[in-house]
Amino acid sequence: MLLALGVAITSSPGWPNVKELFFSWEHAKGVFPDVLDGFWLNVRLFLICEVVILVLGLLVALARVARSPWLAPVRVLAVVYTDLLRGIPTLLLVLMLGFGMPALGLQGVPISGTFWAGVALVLSYSAYVAEVFRAGIDSVHPSQVASAQALGLSRPQALRFVVVPQAVRRVVPPLLNDFVSLQKDTALVSAVAVFDAVFAARDYAAYNFNYTPYVVVAAFFVVLTVPLARFTDWLQRRWLARERAGQL
Amino acid sequence: MSALLEVRGLRKAYGDRLVLDSVDLDVHAHDVVCLIGSSGSGKSTLLRCLDLLEDVDDGTITLGGVEISDPLVDPREVRKRVGMVFQAYNLFPHLSVLDNCTLAPRRVHGDSKAAAEERALGLLDQFGLAEHARKHPDRLSGGQQQRVALVRALCTGPDLLLLDEITAALDPELVGEVLTIVRDLAAAGTTMVLATHEMAFARDVATKVCFLHQGRILEQGPPDQLFTDPREDRTRQFLARVLPA
Repeated sequence: MLLALGVAITSSPGWPNVKELFFSWEHAKGVFPDVLDGFWLNVRLFLICEVVILVLGLLVALARVARSPWLAPVRVLAVVYTDLLRGIPTLLLVLMLGFGMPALGLQGVPISGTFWAGVALVLSYSAYVAEVFRAGIDSVHPSQVASAQALGLSRPQALRFVVVPQAVRRVVPPLLNDFVSLQKDTALVSAVAVFDAVFAARDYAAYNFNYTPYVVVAAFFVVLTVPLARFTDWLQRRWLARERAGQL
Repeated sequence: MSALLEVRGLRKAYGDRLVLDSVDLDVHAHDVVCLIGSSGSGKSTLLRCLDLLEDVDDGTITLGGVEISDPLVDPREVRKRVGMVFQAYNLFPHLSVLDNCTLAPRRVHGDSKAAAEERALGLLDQFGLAEHARKHPDRLSGGQQQRVALVRALCTGPDLLLLDEITAALDPELVGEVLTIVRDLAAAGTTMVLATHEMAFARDVATKVCFLHQGRILEQGPPDQLFTDPREDRTRQFLARVLPA
């Protein structure tokens, strides 16, 4: 199949052109240092955003499962937050915050496009991650809460010591899946002129009329995401095996 | 002597379905009260009401002279004094046996880690579970898990223990090891209310047996009287079905 596809592509009439435009060894070598520099920004952005997203996502999920009547406004806020931020395409959030917030000219508000593009990623992804956490929390059987309460634990204590630890364990594979996705979406920050790998590639491509840099960046992302994807699969298999130990 | 636990006119409905109706029950210190009756007769609901896991619709529950069915009473204060064990064990699968047992003493009663562990290990040892203290519950057999659940309930030193059909989910050969413990607890003077299908056990251990039918305590009395000479026809019919001829 792959071979047939390869033959079909390389025997197409436009292949020599495409080969020169996208797969030029010269240009690949030329752009490599710039892309490497830019990619370091993508990696840092990903690492910082991931931590903030985990914390914020869990807080939003906890707000959504809160029961006390006086927390009702917080609950409503959490619902609006997830609905709204999952509804807006991430690219638009990056554009609006990346260009809009610095333009406000407010004292004490960072004017860095990178910062606000990162905030946009955090807002968008924490809404998704909150739903993943909430699904995990809902999947813990109510009898666990009943038995925690029978021991005298308050509801927050039952969440803290009984429900959330079990929920987090269950949602690690879907969370890792979201983070594979986040790694790629750090490329969206290039839309607000942040000098990441994609921006560096576009810069080079526009200057040299050659698209090889895009292929180079794609290779960088693949090298970063594939190990995490493999790790996710491995973890999922291991937990399935453990849960089904001794059963068919 | 006034009762440790007094239930008067307890009523509980799920929607239109009345599951408990004018239930009166006295439990004195060192009593072992067995609730018997067919499935759906209200045994479990009664126990859950006593632990305030269900809101009651009417009637009063008094524990140690304090009306705990009052909505202003903090259920946590009640549950500090009452232990409960469930049919499905409900151990916390992510915690070791020892951590299951020390969670409430540490987080609810404010005991130090060392004190809580010392007490838990003592009780685990007493019930033949010392070697399993560091394992996770899913490594244990059903009978062992239910014994751990009993120890977990005992670790806070409750005045009253509620046991909800704790042998119903067990393989027949594992029932004995759990009932032996309950027997030992009864002999040691632990106050218990238990829902059970084990009639022979109820006859041996109970100080009082209550027969529930359609949400009412139809008949209650000492086991000798209730099992050999029941007053009510319903009780007789039930016993005829569950007791070997």
